[in-house]
Amino acid sequence: MKVRIVEDSFDPWTVLAEYEAEHSAAGGNIGATATFVGTMRDFNEGVAVNSMTLEYYPGMTEKHLQQIGAAIAQLHSLVDWLIVHRVGRMQPGEPIVLVAAWSAHRVEAFAACREIMEDLKAHAPFWKKEQLTDGERWVEHNTPG
Amino acid sequence: MAVTIRFFAGLKEQLGVERREVDAAVIKTVSDAWRAVVAHEELPDNILIALNLEYATADRAVRDGDEVAFFPPVTGG
Repeated sequence: MKVRIVEDSFDPWTVLAEYEAEHSAAGGNIGATATFVGTMRDFNEGVAVNSMTLEYYPGMTEKHLQQIGAAIAQLHSLVDWLIVHRVGRMQPGEPIVLVAAWSAHRVEAFAACREIMEDLKAHAPFWKKEQLTDGERWVEHNTPG
Repeated sequence: MAVTIRFFAGLKEQLGVERREVDAAVIKTVSDAWRAVVAHEELPDNILIALNLEYATADRAVRDGDEVAFFPPVTGG
């Protein structure tokens, strides 16, 4: 399973270790592993954020991530890849997203990890709603990568 | 049978509609699906569209049993 949507807080490093153990991703043909972990900030656009709720489109979100992951993996000849994304209510400091790319050489792993992340930010159907001290607001756009 | 029309995030809250089943006979395109639920407002340029779980344009044909979704710009990651 390359794409996971999780509703509870997750430890990306435990997830990675378990994934590598289960999928033999640490085999002899792997020369590079690139990872990205995104975590929730306690501020956005100059305002303190107390918590955040992430909505998604069940079915479409997984399908989109599977498609972009597979396409980018093929483009860069990855050995393996993984995307984990949190949904629901979360607190500052908690991980939101984990992207990992395994390849023979670092150039492919770095490039694929970044490209998966940038496509996810631009196109994957997720929406953030921030809980502030004086109310709530939807995040209207992502910051450029 | 019917066409399922769904709304997400801020658009869902703004319209006060999450899901609507509409008779397929009155919906030929994605634009028709929007008008069937939101009669008072044209489809805004910044709203994204999905047809059967994949991105689509407003002129795409819609068939019986299809699912059309409208949502604001995405903010994941």
